[in-house]
Amino acid sequence: MTKTNLVTDCNEILLGIDIGSTTAKVVVVDNNEIIYEKYERHFSFVRSKTLSMINEIEDLLKGRKIKIAISGSAGLGMADAAGLPFVQEVFATAETVRMLEPDTSVVIELGGEDAKVIFFDGGLDERMNGTCAGGTGAFIDQIATLLNVTNEELDALSLTHKRIYPIASRCGVFAKTDIQPLLNQGAQKSDIAASIYQAVVNQTIAGLAQGRKIDGKVMFLGGPLHYCKGLRERFKETLKLDDEHALFPEYGRFSVSIGSAIYASKQNKFYSFEEIISALEKANNQKSEMPHSDPLFKDEKEYNEFIERHKKATVKTADAESYNGNAYLGIDCGSTTTKLFLMSENNEMLYSFYDSNKGNPVEIVKEQLKAIYKICGDKIKIKSSAVTGYGEELIKKAFGVDFGIVETMAHFTAAKYFSPNVDFILDIGGQDIKCFRVHNNSIDSIMLNEACSSGCGSFIETFAKAMGYSAEEFSKIGLYSKAPVDLGTRCTVFMNSSVKQAQKDGAKVEDISAGLSNSVVKNAIYKVIRVTSAEELGENIVVQGGTFLNNAVLRCFEREIGHNCIRPDIAGLMGAYGAALYAKSATNDNSTLISKADLKEFTHKSKSAVCKGCTNQCKLTVNIFNNGEKFISGNQCKKGESAVNKETNIETIPNMFAFKREQLESLFNCKGNRKETVGLPLALGMYELLPLWQGILKNLGFSVKVSGFSDRDIYSKGQFSIPSDTACYPAKISHGHIEQLLEDGVDAIFFPCLSYNIDEKRSANHYNCPVVAYYPELLNGNMDSLKNTKFIFPFLTVNNQKELSRELTLFLSKYFDNINLKDVKRAVKLGFEQYENYMQAVKDEGMRCIEYANKNNKRLMVLAGRPYHIDPEISHGIDKLATSLDFVVVTEDAVSELAQVPKVNVLNQWTYHSRLYAAAEYVSHQKNAEFVQLVSFGCGIDAITTDEVRSILEENDKLYTQIKIDEITNLGAVKIRLRSLLGALEERD
Amino acid sequence: MNNDQVLFTKEMKKDYTILIPTMLPMHLKFVETIYNYYGYNTELLTTSGKEIADTGIKYVHNDTCYPAILVIGQFIHALQSGKYDVNKTALLLTQTGGGCRASNYISLLRKALKKAGLSQVPVISFNLSGLEKQPGFKISLPILWRLAYGVVYADLLMLLKNQCSPYELIKGEAEQKANMWTEKLCREMTSKKFISYKKVKQNYKAIVKDFASIKMLKSDKIKVGVVGEIFVKYSPLGNNNLEDFLLSEGAEIVVPGLIDFCLYCVYNGLVDTEFYRVKKFNALINKFAYRFITKKVNDIRNAITENSDFMPMGDFEHTRTLTKGILSLGVKMGEGWLLTAEMIELADMGVNNIVCTQPFGCLPNHIAGKGMMKPIKENRPDVNIVAIDYDPGASKINQENRIKLMLSNAKFAKENTTNQKVKK
Repeated sequence: MTKTNLVTDCNEILLGIDIGSTTAKVVVVDNNEIIYEKYERHFSFVRSKTLSMINEIEDLLKGRKIKIAISGSAGLGMADAAGLPFVQEVFATAETVRMLEPDTSVVIELGGEDAKVIFFDGGLDERMNGTCAGGTGAFIDQIATLLNVTNEELDALSLTHKRIYPIASRCGVFAKTDIQPLLNQGAQKSDIAASIYQAVVNQTIAGLAQGRKIDGKVMFLGGPLHYCKGLRERFKETLKLDDEHALFPEYGRFSVSIGSAIYASKQNKFYSFEEIISALEKANNQKSEMPHSDPLFKDEKEYNEFIERHKKATVKTADAESYNGNAYLGIDCGSTTTKLFLMSENNEMLYSFYDSNKGNPVEIVKEQLKAIYKICGDKIKIKSSAVTGYGEELIKKAFGVDFGIVETMAHFTAAKYFSPNVDFILDIGGQDIKCFRVHNNSIDSIMLNEACSSGCGSFIETFAKAMGYSAEEFSKIGLYSKAPVDLGTRCTVFMNSSVKQAQKDGAKVEDISAGLSNSVVKNAIYKVIRVTSAEELGENIVVQGGTFLNNAVLRCFEREIGHNCIRPDIAGLMGAYGAALYAKSATNDNSTLISKADLKEFTHKSKSAVCKGCTNQCKLTVNIFNNGEKFISGNQCKKGESAVNKETNIETIPNMFAFKREQLESLFNCKGNRKETVGLPLALGMYELLPLWQGILKNLGFSVKVSGFSDRDIYSKGQFSIPSDTACYPAKISHGHIEQLLEDGVDAIFFPCLSYNIDEKRSANHYNCPVVAYYPELLNGNMDSLKNTKFIFPFLTVNNQKELSRELTLFLSKYFDNINLKDVKRAVKLGFEQYENYMQAVKDEGMRCIEYANKNNKRLMVLAGRPYHIDPEISHGIDKLATSLDFVVVTEDAVSELAQVPKVNVLNQWTYHSRLYAAAEYVSHQKNAEFVQLVSFGCGIDAITTDEVRSILEENDKLYTQIKIDEITNLGAVKIRLRSLLGALEERD
Repeated sequence: MNNDQVLFTKEMKKDYTILIPTMLPMHLKFVETIYNYYGYNTELLTTSGKEIADTGIKYVHNDTCYPAILVIGQFIHALQSGKYDVNKTALLLTQTGGGCRASNYISLLRKALKKAGLSQVPVISFNLSGLEKQPGFKISLPILWRLAYGVVYADLLMLLKNQCSPYELIKGEAEQKANMWTEKLCREMTSKKFISYKKVKQNYKAIVKDFASIKMLKSDKIKVGVVGEIFVKYSPLGNNNLEDFLLSEGAEIVVPGLIDFCLYCVYNGLVDTEFYRVKKFNALINKFAYRFITKKVNDIRNAITENSDFMPMGDFEHTRTLTKGILSLGVKMGEGWLLTAEMIELADMGVNNIVCTQPFGCLPNHIAGKGMMKPIKENRPDVNIVAIDYDPGASKINQENRIKLMLSNAKFAKENTTNQKVKK
């Protein structure tokens, strides 16, 4: 019990109730003394739970005069319905702190889904996480589920960590994408646990501090911070707080309910126990108001018909006991689950396995292989084997699997077995949605979900668990929903808050379950596949993936597209089945699969290391197997691997990302006659115009210092002053570049604002996007560190040398002596020469690449995006990945002038974007060229360009590949995508 | 521009219905009436509900901004409703031509129509920058003249209604008066008679006096300013009925008018000339328009202060100076510097509590909205701003919870200042 007394004017009973997204908290105060407190999960039975919690304390309340207030995100609707006073939860927390710990400077409160920061010093400021920034407590729950540990175990694990992995801190879904490959690659759970907490810390600070410094006396409140010692440790370390300045009060979990009690004390009205109960009962009996759809099935008959129809798509089972002969093994090592399929000569199932990989796929496969060898005995011979999925390479190395195939090929192979004329395959798995169109018996276009809408299947699972059900039970309940609630589309974080709203309105569990299924389906259809009618999908649709085993999801899908589809009974095993079928078709007589005897000796160790191959310093995870094989992951290029494996002699395939970086790097440091050094942040538009600005400043006699290429550290340096966390990564990273320059001690920083970019006379207008154009203004307003330096960010034109000279003279002479128009004019002229030379060099290199590709019979990849996408941190080494797959990489600006600007259906008014259209047009007419578009998450303009580029390419029968990039460094998904592209191209040839 | 788009021809003017999307109901009522007077058959859409966004999501790239999803969704929803002859209907949409995505709404609408199998429906771009012309649709000087008065009147009515509604003794009286005046003024503007400016000024006075006659409670409510991206700021469809919610929470709403936005567009032309020394001829026209409108606004301001205790709208000549030292007037995409200026203006008027609305991921608002909150607060620590994102997936509860927090703080601050006054 919290031994805390309040100071209020009320000597009677105060009842403070806080109902959050996952838990309900109640405190009772009698004569200013807290006499009762209770903290319970409500499993979304918001109203009935509250009612029963109050009924439990009848003894304390009966016959007393009571003042009451309700708070919390789920409490809002209930207070309204019950007609009882409501207080906003952050405000309630502030009330508690003002009364109990008045000299607090900052409060950090983490709840189930909200993160809040309150600044008390220097003007009260209260902040809640934005709608995008995901949950915290719920997020930790999800990760614990993913790692198959309890929250307590997760906490204990984190305390023994040795290293911290960078995990995207922006929202839960992204973080999960980072964790998955780490798990698959065998990283230590303890390290992941601590990294998760660190991500929560970074998210809180980056998302909520927004430029304000967290120091002084900091109080930490809320459930997660009460329970997780590891999380506390991360916060203290990151904020550099000692024990005196980091407060974790005993009443931390109850701060909101105590605040509600304080708020209640200021209300005039007293209630009796009976009045409160009847008000809560009234709320409890209220009908749901959420918009909802029709029940999934009209009646029993419709349900039975549905079940019968889907029974047709089955794989026969052969009795392994009596079977004699050859068998083929398929392994699908997916992101959350591992699947194995042992197939007979007649394509029948001898044995199968489907389960969560519990964060350690190697161990699971090892156990399963043991089991399979036991079944096989001496009569069944495994003739060939294949592996697919995220963990493909790891498993292949570990167990000597014969073949590794791309996921898409595995799924296609399996789908063809059920529907030889399949037109469309949709696979919703634990973490991702994959869909491919089939045209002329080959995969025509591939769509994967972007990091933002992932988490589909595992999301339902986690949600089910949070509500106290197994995933299977949860989906079954959903089938009987009378009024499935509408939870919206978009990413799962949004769904969390929609569920909150549904809970608020008193929706039933079955309605939420059916609603979730519907949202997952709509997400897939409208976000990933982007279709408007079923005809676009074709006649023969195969749906698969573990998530489709959920009948509610299947039903919602068929209903949404208004078309029946085939769902094989082995929907969750299709990857493994496809791999087995492939193994059979590609069999050679000497399988390299680990033998039964060797399997007994098999051991596996993993350790971490830092690659010293180049300046990137990739953090590597090295898996060592007892057969001496090593598997290295975490590396951006082949160098790390070859260093470990002591290989030399790698062919250098032309890579224009690297070429451009080299060109720019030569401009990084220059000494001038003047005493001042001007710093240039290499971010956003600077990536394009560095040769111009550097040339001008250099020729005016300044020393010029460029902040250099980005890395994770640079981003972290500036993370704290980002005011809008939904801006694109290339913009957010520029804060770090400014910090870097300040550390380097430059005398001034030059970062001009440009509404208009260079007019290349190839578009209707030549704007920059709003972010590129005006971000320096934002930096000036939000970075306190800039206040003591000369930050020069004038509005300039780059289309008129005379005018630019005039403007520059005007602005520069405000900061420096001896600036005159004549010198500036000369410098501007030379600056433009340097810029033009640079652009020419880029075009020349483009020609060289094209020739190289033609001569050496290689494929050309136009890796298109914005000039700043060549930054190694922003594109996360995708260029190197492409060359490792034998693509010659060129940039969009190198080829855009080799083609006419095609006719587009949108207003072509941005310089950078107009290059994309022309580059796509170029690719359309080259046999060996492919177009891959990099899109930064949050880029509003690319919502417009991507559709246009796609249609230019598809009109010319070319594949379009889009890769969304953000903070996350998960190259695994990109690799699958590019390998699928290769696979599709090879089939086309 | 694409050449095979469907033009709105002169012949179409006779028997086509032109649909206008919901944004500012009162303002667009004037637009509708004026165009109908000139022989067009326009109709202001009033549909709302979940189906609008659902339709939008089907036909527009999901990452496009929310206003595009809603506007296009509303159009297509209307065309598919069966209420209109799809071969005799055209669509009207504004287009500013700035560096923001919004300039592309027209193109996105055409693409969506194609996708929905409605490519025969002509789309009319309503713009003053000469981006696209349609033979059958004119913004002639007399029309422009009347439209200008329409906007001015509607701004006045909106301002007065907002100041009366929270306090009126008879619920709905202010709303009723606003509607009555809208009808009356619409009739007046569509009569053959020349609109004399004398008459207009008389109208101002009569309107102000009429609203001043509303019997009101003498209570001191919390004033909440609403700023943001123009569509979600004004459109109840875009902001989940924000005004109603604030009213129900006992607040008085202060919404800067549409004239400010018009002046901002005009003034940007002048800034461009000053910054880049281009378009000198346009600058002359802009200068004239700027002077003309600011003068009209001043007349309204005077009519308000001379005839009532109502708080007049801001003076743009002053508004444009407010971002000095914080944000350059060169920031001209989207609502640009005006958004920042409006927040400061509200704070200076004593409206310290502000809701800054924007579509999720709005590019210009990263800079001029969320990006400027820290600098504004540095000079005005009492300002209490909450940024609210709107999009098809954002839940109302999250939005309302954040607004409630802002309101709690507003009440707390108010009580504190009252207490301090009492102590003194």
